[in-house]
Amino acid sequence: MKRRTFLKGTVASGMLGVAASAGLLAPRMVLAAWPESAFAAKKIDAALDALLGSSSTSESGDIKIKAPDIAENGAVVPITISTGMTAESISVLISENPSPLACSYALGSTTEGFVSCRVKMGKTSDLIAVVKSGGKLLSAKKTVKVTIGGCGG
Amino acid sequence: MAKKSIRIRAKMKGDVAEVKALMSHPMETGLRKNKKTGKKIPAHFIKEVICEHKGKKVLVASWGVAVSKNPYLSFKFKGAAKGDMIKVSWNDNKGESATAEATVG
Repeated sequence: MKRRTFLKGTVASGMLGVAASAGLLAPRMVLAAWPESAFAAKKIDAALDALLGSSSTSESGDIKIKAPDIAENGAVVPITISTGMTAESISVLISENPSPLACSYALGSTTEGFVSCRVKMGKTSDLIAVVKSGGKLLSAKKTVKVTIGGCGG
Repeated sequence: MAKKSIRIRAKMKGDVAEVKALMSHPMETGLRKNKKTGKKIPAHFIKEVICEHKGKKVLVASWGVAVSKNPYLSFKFKGAAKGDMIKVSWNDNKGESATAEATVG
């Protein structure tokens, strides 16, 4: 009898364990989707390696960066990245920021190659847009002059 | 902390839906110092924004601390119709989250 209850107990707890790990796995996967090492990287190449698996990008004329030439306030720099390609992802890096990777967007199949947001820039830097399209990494660059930095200043 | 809210505006332009979202969030970098105490203000920023249309993810944004305070996000996608629901939700590094919905107009 004792052994039977013991067995029942283990089976039940085993089931519980499975259920718990299944439940736990889901949020963990969501967290894993946020590329922590890419955002922690201090160099552009390292950030791209961690984010997209490669840091070799080729320049493309089909990526448009809309950003001010001179940003008066580095804390709020409006940027728009657009491309005519079918993009899988669009990432934005800022060369002189403590961690260059600012934001990365994964696009759905019906989503146009267009994102707009506002970023912080510590000082005058290059704004680099990297578009992943058909397994290739394409980039475009634009220099933005910052008169007041966005990092506490 | 500021009130958690997302303002969404979605509009059809031809066959493309244009979505604009404005979230209220402090987006602290963790590098800024409190001028009075000299202590660092801990980082507090949105990590992920998920935009869904009819349960399908149309855009997943991963953000770092370099995204401005009270972030603005705009994107376009095909396949929507007037009256469709757009859902935008975010979660931050402190485990907080918010969700909002809007209809495409």
